[in-house]
Amino acid sequence: MGLPDPIRTIEAVWRIESAKVIATVARMTGDIGLAEESAQDAFLLAVETWPHEGVPENPGGWLTTTAKRKAIDQLRRQGVYEEKLRELAQQPPARPEPELLTLIFTACHPDVAVEGRLALTLRLLGGLTTAEIARAFLVPEPTVGQRIYRAKAALRKVPIELPPAEELPARLASVLEVIYLIFNEGYSATSGDSWTRNDLCFEALRLSRVLAALMPTSSEASGLQALLEIQSSRLNARIGPGGEPVLLADQDRTRWDRLLIRRGLEALTRAESTGVLGPYGLQAAIAAVHARAGVFADTDWARMAALYQLLAHVAPSPIVELNRAVAVGMAEGPEAGLKIVDGLPLEGNPHLSAVRGDLLERSGRVEEARAAFLKAAELTRNVQEKALYEQRARA
Amino acid sequence: MRYLITLTRTAQPETPPPAELMSAIMQLGREATESGALVDQSGLLAKTAEVEVVGGKLTVTDGPFAEAKELISYAIYEVRDEAEAIEWANRFMRLHRDMWPGWEGVSQVHPLMTF
Repeated sequence: MGLPDPIRTIEAVWRIESAKVIATVARMTGDIGLAEESAQDAFLLAVETWPHEGVPENPGGWLTTTAKRKAIDQLRRQGVYEEKLRELAQQPPARPEPELLTLIFTACHPDVAVEGRLALTLRLLGGLTTAEIARAFLVPEPTVGQRIYRAKAALRKVPIELPPAEELPARLASVLEVIYLIFNEGYSATSGDSWTRNDLCFEALRLSRVLAALMPTSSEASGLQALLEIQSSRLNARIGPGGEPVLLADQDRTRWDRLLIRRGLEALTRAESTGVLGPYGLQAAIAAVHARAGVFADTDWARMAALYQLLAHVAPSPIVELNRAVAVGMAEGPEAGLKIVDGLPLEGNPHLSAVRGDLLERSGRVEEARAAFLKAAELTRNVQEKALYEQRARA
Repeated sequence: MRYLITLTRTAQPETPPPAELMSAIMQLGREATESGALVDQSGLLAKTAEVEVVGGKLTVTDGPFAEAKELISYAIYEVRDEAEAIEWANRFMRLHRDMWPGWEGVSQVHPLMTF
């Protein structure tokens, strides 16, 4: 029992509101760095005053008004306020565009290096501190500070506005990629504090929801959301009691998160109804084939193979072909899968050897299978994968 | 972290829910959804049934029950911590306080176990 700690309340309000506050001030001043500093100043003032005066009725509005005032103070101190006002007056009237979406597109601007985009997105859109980002990416804090510093420097020449129509597809691709990379950083990492890694997945999932809500007519925005909802539904089931990875085929499907699967399938339906599925939508459709199968044996492999064929068409890569080989191997038999695998330029890839091992084993070529699994074990740098492949080689 | 937030009414005024409250609730729901925090919600119909175990006896009773306390709705939020879930519940309850005089109720914020 007890009243909540006012500082924790302020932090909660900050996490809910900070992106919108920064977005509003950035649109007003045209300066991301100044917007973030002003928002931080407003947060600090809240920490000083709210515990005594109480949380204001409209805390988001309070933070925005205060941050705007802080920004104007700063511009005055620098003696550039009048100049900035003239500049703003000369600009054509701003399009009535959602400020938050503008901030997302700016943080993911292609002029910024990829790692800078990731750090800046987590900082501006997720409200994460530099220390939290450093922990999540397993890099020293000054490294993240440098990335953010350089990102802001690169953005100084960039107008803070939504991309013009002709640039939209490429710019959206960058936004989707940033969110996807943040998710993958959390999902595929095998080292580091697992709690922090799950937090990264959650933050990416949240950002994909925000983006899909802001761009309801974008098939790929909904497609990415669908993909991340369904992938997230397996976060708990993919780790065994000893922290070891559990492959999809062996996962206890009763531990899959039904709420996230339902949300993922809904988002996929939106993606399908707003356009032709792109790379993210197709990956979501593939993830959905697994999600719809109550047990592994019920998986619709023919549909999966067809979806991989489409994915290979819009986003060709040897890894997609490798996954297609698995699906074809299940749908049409191991020999058909081997035919695809054997032509792939993936020399030295442990997963290729493991897939070969599996297909060979199922076609009764036991000795060749054993050799393939041993090769996979030798190639992988992941300790737990190594143990798994060695075990298959002995079987 | 996932939280179940329930809304229970404890005192019902004579007046019906004002239209401005309903639209403010819709607006807050939209904001929470667009923030990626609100992931599921539903209002509950008044017709409750009960299956009860007391003293080793199993009793099934069909509703509705005339009770002052009534569970009105539930929502599931996915947020970073409890303080954030409480903040959303706080906003929701503030709307009721400000827009429906005489109405009283409670929102409970339950952390959900995830496996």
